[in-house]
Amino acid sequence: MKTKAFASAGSLAFVGLLAFTACGSDNATGEAGNSESGSGSESSVSGTLSGIGASSQQAAITAWESGFASANPDASVQYSPDGSGAGRKALLAGGADFAGSDAHLTEDEYQQSQDVCGPDGAMNIPVYISPIAVSFNLPGIDSLNLDAETIAKIFKGDIKKWNDEAIASQNEGVDLPDTNITVVHRSDDSGTTENFTEYLAAAAGDTWGQEPDGNWPSAYAGESNKGTSGVVDTTTSTEGAITYADASAVGDLGKVNVVVNGEPVELSPEAAAKTVEISDRVGVGNENDMSIDINRTPDEAGAYPIVLVSYHVVCSSYEDQATADLVKAYESYVVSEQGQQDAADAASSAPLTDALLEDAQKAIDSIEVAS
Amino acid sequence: MSISSDAPTGPSSPKSSRKELPDVGNPAADKIFSGISLAAGILILVVLAAVAIFLVAQALPVFTADSEDLSQGSFLKYIYPLVIGTLIASAIALLLATPVGIGVALYISHYAPKKISQAVGYVIDLLAAIPSVIFGAWGASVLAPKIVPFYDWLATYFGFIPIFEGPASQTGKTILTAGIVLGIMILPIITAMCREIFVQTPLLQQEAALGLGATRWEMIRMTVFPFARTGIVSSVMLALGRALGETMAVTLVLASGPLTASLIKSGNQTFASEIALNFPEAYGIRMSELIAAGLVLFVITLVVNVIARMITSRYKEFSGAN
Amino acid sequence: MSSSTAVTSRLTSGQAPKWLVPAIGLGAVVLGAALSALIGFSIGTWAIFAGLLFVIVAPLVVSMIEGRRKGADSFVRFLVYGAFIVALIPLVSVIWVVLSKGIPGLSMNLLSTSMRGVTGVHDNAAAEGAGPIYGGIYHAIIGTLEITLLATLISVPIGLLTSIYLVEYAKNGPLGKAITFFVDVMTGIPSIVAGLFAASFFALTTGDPSERTGLVAAVALSVLMIPTVVRNAEEMLRIVPNELREASYALGVRKWRTIVKVVIPTAISGIASGVTLAIARVIGETAPILVTAGFVTSINWNAFSGWMATLPTYIYYQIMTPTSPTAASISETRAWAAALVLIIIVMLLNLIARAIAKFFAPKTGR
Repeated sequence: MKTKAFASAGSLAFVGLLAFTACGSDNATGEAGNSESGSGSESSVSGTLSGIGASSQQAAITAWESGFASANPDASVQYSPDGSGAGRKALLAGGADFAGSDAHLTEDEYQQSQDVCGPDGAMNIPVYISPIAVSFNLPGIDSLNLDAETIAKIFKGDIKKWNDEAIASQNEGVDLPDTNITVVHRSDDSGTTENFTEYLAAAAGDTWGQEPDGNWPSAYAGESNKGTSGVVDTTTSTEGAITYADASAVGDLGKVNVVVNGEPVELSPEAAAKTVEISDRVGVGNENDMSIDINRTPDEAGAYPIVLVSYHVVCSSYEDQATADLVKAYESYVVSEQGQQDAADAASSAPLTDALLEDAQKAIDSIEVAS
Repeated sequence: MSISSDAPTGPSSPKSSRKELPDVGNPAADKIFSGISLAAGILILVVLAAVAIFLVAQALPVFTADSEDLSQGSFLKYIYPLVIGTLIASAIALLLATPVGIGVALYISHYAPKKISQAVGYVIDLLAAIPSVIFGAWGASVLAPKIVPFYDWLATYFGFIPIFEGPASQTGKTILTAGIVLGIMILPIITAMCREIFVQTPLLQQEAALGLGATRWEMIRMTVFPFARTGIVSSVMLALGRALGETMAVTLVLASGPLTASLIKSGNQTFASEIALNFPEAYGIRMSELIAAGLVLFVITLVVNVIARMITSRYKEFSGAN
Repeated sequence: MSSSTAVTSRLTSGQAPKWLVPAIGLGAVVLGAALSALIGFSIGTWAIFAGLLFVIVAPLVVSMIEGRRKGADSFVRFLVYGAFIVALIPLVSVIWVVLSKGIPGLSMNLLSTSMRGVTGVHDNAAAEGAGPIYGGIYHAIIGTLEITLLATLISVPIGLLTSIYLVEYAKNGPLGKAITFFVDVMTGIPSIVAGLFAASFFALTTGDPSERTGLVAAVALSVLMIPTVVRNAEEMLRIVPNELREASYALGVRKWRTIVKVVIPTAISGIASGVTLAIARVIGETAPILVTAGFVTSINWNAFSGWMATLPTYIYYQIMTPTSPTAASISETRAWAAALVLIIIVMLLNLIARAIAKFFAPKTGR
């Protein structure tokens, strides 16, 4: 009797599963999909493009995936957010058509890339700019002005209270509480930490005293959590906490206006993009390579220095025509104004400035088929 | 299991073989069958050897690399906090889960009414099947905040003991919390396996013990435990294996950091979590370092298992199994 | 705790009155409340004090009236009941959290669509109440089911046959000992290593460094799954009474047939529960899936070609990299609903395993 009950329960479940599996749909948004879109661009490319790389771009990539697919119904893009290192490695091994990376290729990697990408090697194209916010949880205070020196001292643990003289002197008229400062940092190796520590090392090197690294320096203890969402969660639930995170994710937390050259700069997409534009190129790789050495101490006014630039690393030449066309079409869309706007809408990133977009398009146009 | 069983001789042979004349089977099939099962065993050895070769080959650059390329200057310096952190977390988990797990298994097999025991057995199986990422999310979002006052209390009254030294973490994401979550995770594993073994204890022995006037506890001590001893160790080892290698739960629950003696401050790190956190952005020598860390975890498991083997073989002569 | 008027006590004279143990229980509850009030009252400390008092006092009283042996017996009984209750609290809490967070996100739309075309724009709209929550987990369910099924198909035969070899053929031979030992060691392979191993193995054999399919993931999961299956099945086969085997041999039945018809059916319930454990070990894996099966937002039915998403990778990336960073709560809702679905799937698999076990198991007293 029991056997029967179990067997029937089991088979019922199985039948239910079957019934359910028969009615899935890829049309998640309920839009008519392909028919109405693809208006301007001729959809000549087809196939599947595979990318591997940084998870920081994931939200933007999702937007690009769908934007590109609706303009080119026969083509699709898939992206696995394994991490920057994994992405670059996969590209160099020929395992991915493009890589997403928070850091540009090193000299060594460029040499290696010539094996799979032809004599001109691989190119780094900046596609995604995200300002990193220094945010804190102090009820009633929306923004504070802090210079690099003070930020370094806070994250180092030298300044322990919010009403410390160093903070108060830069924020006259703000009623600072006598709360302990809890520093919250990332526990995983990340591009965000790398860019933040790079900023501290460049702008307040003597105070900070650590090399820039994707891992938080173990000498400076604090609370840690995994991922952007993790540190934001911890900061939101802990009064007096301060952290650094992608600006799009910090929500209602207070934000620090970073003081550069004595002037506080408010965090905005434009201020972030400006920093990238005035930064120098590294000059690794071929003449179209766009690796950027971010200027952490900009002289121009209104440039926000704590930004993360994420690249798409593509080959300068591909084995077959179809892949080359696909990469060109996709990357052209990504660095088009439309593509940047789509990413900004979905992921709250900072669109690249026109000058950068122009250079990027030039680099993409140079992609060819290996003869 | 109820004592008044309707099949006093224990599990009997399948019904079908009673009805028809015994189909003795094809003699040639005997060779084939033993051959196939041997092949399966050897296949496992081959796979393991391949994994080991892969690990060693990938980890090798670490041991020949310049010391400044390594994240902590030397591999030993990098690895020992991980060894300690992993062992502490697993030890806490085992200390908590083993007694409770065996207790629950006993409850199901020898104490609970038959109907309840079936339902509970099913629930335990189900709990063993909850993916670790869910335990991790639960630990981080429910347990950690709730346990903070307890840590504060420990730090206030027992702060003089180094392992409870304050100030306690204000997020509750400490190695002790990670150990507790691991313990909860492996509890169903220990219970599910122990229950199966307890239930299989020969009924005759149990009834004989009760018939001689033993109390239920004495009966369990004299018949069930000796019979199940290797099985219990085995289930604990299986659970330990999972605790040692558990990634997601620890990653989500532990606010990792440098080694500290205190269990209630944030800090410490385990192997699996270290690898998972750093692997995505790792490249070159750092990647080798992480894989070498994986190799060390592998070796630790090996050592732990050698010890477990020694324990089980010491008790083998007392085992009640046939 | 009041349900503990011991059955055994009816058999002996000089027993403690039936009301005694419940009375002690009541006393413990009251005293526990008083004690916990001393250090700042809370439900937690109250329960702990009451429980401790009862477990210590009740057996003491019983042993005073009924003798030391009875006292020890009741002490263990209360401990076992206590262990059961202690174990239930966190487990119930886990289930409660998943249910309460998962159910709000559960909808037909979630179950029947993929994430294809869903971007942060849709999520932002949903967060502002301007649109429904788009996007679902259909593609991830397909991926999870197919990959797990494949992994089970690979590892259960290998694992079961190995354990048969260990128990029935190897006895105490050196090869058997070696296999047992190394299977134990295999449980210590970090999951990411298994993933990398499978990825590079397929890269070598197929010559394509980007070989990422459901099959590769299944192989990676098998590496993790096999030791669990072997360890468990071995234990279950070992406790099959030798009398059964000998009875079968005495009837002239060949060894292989004895194993297939007598030994395995006797142990099948344990084996089935072991297989469920093994599935549970791997169905929630994230890291090895990523490096072996990739991550996609659209449906892929073919486990032998193309990337696949699974529920754990889906959950992980919905939480870690929300579709819209500014409206992360929408992604979280989807993630918890996916977690609930994952548990339900495991539950169904468990049911099926049990049904199979019941079907094949001999009639016993259990």
